[in-house]
Amino acid sequence: MGSKKVGNQSIIFQNPPFILAGYNIVGPKEGEGPLKDSYDQIMKDTYNGEKSWEKTEAKMLETALRGVADKAKVTVDSVDFVLAGDLLNQIISSSFAARQLGIPFIGLYGACSTMALSTALGAMLIEGGFAGQVLCAASSHHDTAERQYRMPTEQGNQRAMYAQWTVTGAGALLLAASGTGPKVTSATLGRVIDLGTTDTNNMGAAMAPAVADTILNHFQDLNRQPDYYDLIVTGDLGTVGLQLLKEILKKSNFPMGKNLSDCGVMVFSPKQDIHAGGSGCGCSAVVLSGYILNQMNSGELKKVLLIGSGSLHSPTSALQGESIPAIGHAVSIEIS
Amino acid sequence: MFANIIPAFIVGGLICVVGQLFMDLTKANIQPAHVLVSFVTAGVVLGGLGLYEPLVRIGGAGATIPLSGFGYTLAKGAMEGAQSSGLLGAFSGGVEAAAVGIAAAVIFGYLTALVFNPKG
Repeated sequence: MGSKKVGNQSIIFQNPPFILAGYNIVGPKEGEGPLKDSYDQIMKDTYNGEKSWEKTEAKMLETALRGVADKAKVTVDSVDFVLAGDLLNQIISSSFAARQLGIPFIGLYGACSTMALSTALGAMLIEGGFAGQVLCAASSHHDTAERQYRMPTEQGNQRAMYAQWTVTGAGALLLAASGTGPKVTSATLGRVIDLGTTDTNNMGAAMAPAVADTILNHFQDLNRQPDYYDLIVTGDLGTVGLQLLKEILKKSNFPMGKNLSDCGVMVFSPKQDIHAGGSGCGCSAVVLSGYILNQMNSGELKKVLLIGSGSLHSPTSALQGESIPAIGHAVSIEIS
Repeated sequence: MFANIIPAFIVGGLICVVGQLFMDLTKANIQPAHVLVSFVTAGVVLGGLGLYEPLVRIGGAGATIPLSGFGYTLAKGAMEGAQSSGLLGAFSGGVEAAAVGIAAAVIFGYLTALVFNPKG
């Protein structure tokens, strides 16, 4: 095993790849949220001129991928790989978006942890010398996710107060071996953890133990303390999951300070009546590629740890009463 | 007119309150689909026992429009069918009695889909 791997699950990049740029596009509800100034594009409606929400989601992802290349003044053709994933069957949003780009595509499924997963793998490709420039992206759409995982939206099902709202949004990062900007300095890839939660409305509870496991391993592997980071942000635990995470870490004798937050909590305001916060691959993708990157480039944040959180169940497994396996992937991003 | 509307509102409203409480006071894995199936089944059972009839007499459409009313119609039709044509009537009577409701659901569902072009 090479010296790049430390501890049980972590990797330290010796030539940390740069995040040249981030680009995102969101739906109207997200565009009214607290982070509205950090979005590159806000769609007027959830279709954005397409005939189906699935088409919209693929288009959003393509927009984010092309947008980030434009922003970084790089041609898409010069990018070596696109790493992307989403929530739909056979990750069609990503494949359909990649169909338009014409560059090698690595499809990923990490459920809502996909943005952290794609960033970690993209950085590994660059560190390993397999690529010079990589696009990392993820997307979700509220209405396609409802169809995929729950009920037709027309049925107007009442949502539990602890349920989360899938973010309509796509975010992309352009990683490169050289350049300027924040760097991906380390990654901790998660284990699949399942404590037996079966309620698919309560994914925060299913994911919190997996995220806690990855956080504990990250800090142990790298021998760091939570105050090393200006911001430790989880992917989409929501208010319920974030509270549970704090309790788990406290019981593990690893209490967090005020620098712990969650993209799902940040992305919507409680006034928007979305209940327990945002979720979906797009949630951490748009917060990372927008708010977090902006704050880092302006010097407000210097060291950030993002722990993407994913529920790895399928609609079939849930109907068959299987519990929800969950995962957390962490990437640390630093700017000097 | 109000003599019909007010009792219908109260009876129909109370039936819906039962459904809402069923969802709010039970574990969250009780979904609207469970409420739907339970209401039809409860309507059949109550209808068969003759306990739903008084609600229909008081509430009219307030008792027949909710899904429990559909169950009641199925039970009532099956019993009438059994009386008029025996065992086979028990099978056919329920659907015969509910035929108007079923056909209306199909036709108006179709028309609504034509007008609103649902995508969900």
